[in-house]
Amino acid sequence: MKLTLQTYAWLTATLLASADVWPKSDQVKTTIQGVRRLSLGVLGWFGGIANFCVRLVRAAVKPPYEARELVRQMDEVGAKSLPLVVLAGAAIGVVLSLHTRDSFTQFGAESMLPTLIILSLVKETGPIITALVVSGRVGAGIGAELGSMKVTEQIDAIEASAVNPYKFLAATRVLACMLMLPLLTIVADFCGIITGWIANALVEPITLKLFLTQGLKDATFADLLPSTLKTVIFGFIIGMVGCFQGMRAKGGTAGVGRAATSAVVLSSLFVILADVVLVRLIITFYPQ
Amino acid sequence: MIMENNNHNPAIRVQGLSKSFGKQRVLHQIDLEVARGETLTVLGRSGTGKSVMLKLLIGLQKPDSGEIEINGEKITTMQLDELNRVRKSVGFLFQSAALYDSLTVEENVAFPLRRHSEMNDGERRDRVSELLSRVAMEEAREKMPADLSGGMKKRVGLARALALDPTIMLLDEPTAGLDPITASEINELIRELQRERENSSIVVTHDMRSVEKVADRVAMLNEGNILIEGTLEDLKRSDDPIVSKFVQEAGR
Repeated sequence: MKLTLQTYAWLTATLLASADVWPKSDQVKTTIQGVRRLSLGVLGWFGGIANFCVRLVRAAVKPPYEARELVRQMDEVGAKSLPLVVLAGAAIGVVLSLHTRDSFTQFGAESMLPTLIILSLVKETGPIITALVVSGRVGAGIGAELGSMKVTEQIDAIEASAVNPYKFLAATRVLACMLMLPLLTIVADFCGIITGWIANALVEPITLKLFLTQGLKDATFADLLPSTLKTVIFGFIIGMVGCFQGMRAKGGTAGVGRAATSAVVLSSLFVILADVVLVRLIITFYPQ
Repeated sequence: MIMENNNHNPAIRVQGLSKSFGKQRVLHQIDLEVARGETLTVLGRSGTGKSVMLKLLIGLQKPDSGEIEINGEKITTMQLDELNRVRKSVGFLFQSAALYDSLTVEENVAFPLRRHSEMNDGERRDRVSELLSRVAMEEAREKMPADLSGGMKKRVGLARALALDPTIMLLDEPTAGLDPITASEINELIRELQRERENSSIVVTHDMRSVEKVADRVAMLNEGNILIEGTLEDLKRSDDPIVSKFVQEAGR
């Protein structure tokens, strides 16, 4: 153990000494330039996605509408994500039940278990888990598909055929994400509640009816609807970031990989950040 | 704008066209004209802005300065709706063919028809058959683009470009990456289509055999400028070192 610690300390010291992170006299300038470039890059990205958003909305509201492609994308985003969402929801239900049972038993508050499981699923865990799982599957899919269409000139070909790619490719995908995410969330909530009940019933027999009655007895409209509907915004973020990253891909196959990865990373990040804001707003507008 | 005589109104007119990417100057003050029914081939080494020029012509990219007229209409100042109207009269074959890889060959060719024509399903199917048989690809209609060879992709790309009966064809390296026999077949096909349809075309290439087969007139781009413009004979007679080296090397 001592040896391992020493080796670790020595390794860290060597790495730090050799790493190019310490400002040498002429490097201070480069660092400032680096920070400047980074902040310009970040600002440029936000400007880019805002501009993208405006072009997309403008294209989307103008007829004719791409109904066929929208249905295809809804199948791609919704139906094909279903198994993953079912599994994630079910797992979360079990985990919630396992985690909380012990602590609640200690305080003699077992009767509160159904309420805790159901409300925490419906209000937060269901929506956010669904959004993260979908951003992984669909975000990467959109980023990679549009990215490869971009680098192989297929998006140019669509434009050359006098079809607006913002409308045909991007708007349909964003809208499909917005429509499908609340539905997927409801599925995840449902699966979580069922497996939560099963996990509970195995330890202490309780009927599903009693589990639901107890769990929902204090639940109101304000607990259920806003937290499910906020996933429309998560869907918007996932679709938007995926399309934006995909359609600005460049540099061959490596660029496609970068587009897919950055689509997942950025959409997950923004979903979590948006969640913080949305939860705050929901609490403000629908106080407990 | 001078447009008093429609007969002298060329299919494509480019004036003072410039385009840079960052510090790299790709095109500088290019002037070009393509008459109705004429085929202009644009030669040049890789990276001399040939493909960029074609993309500028249908507004896929915006020029830094200069004027572009397609069938007498200035496209540089157009709104997207107007630009899309002009784009329907132009067929574009991309260097990589750029077939939509999630759609079958048939759906690829039907894509412009589905969006821009009033045809019902039966009429559209007939039109797609007609186009595919014109490029000798009818038996591949159910295939996916990934299952096609390079030459076959170019053929399907040509069929798709012809779908809306364009009056202008822009072909970006139609024979690049093909074996000599397939390349010669594609050249032959382009020549036949030109005779049948009397389109105006710009063919970007660095294949001298392509030039010999399809060109009425040749322009050579070098470092963003037009080095020489004229017939193939003018090009062969030129004593400009770059032109003669290109002709010699490409003719081998």
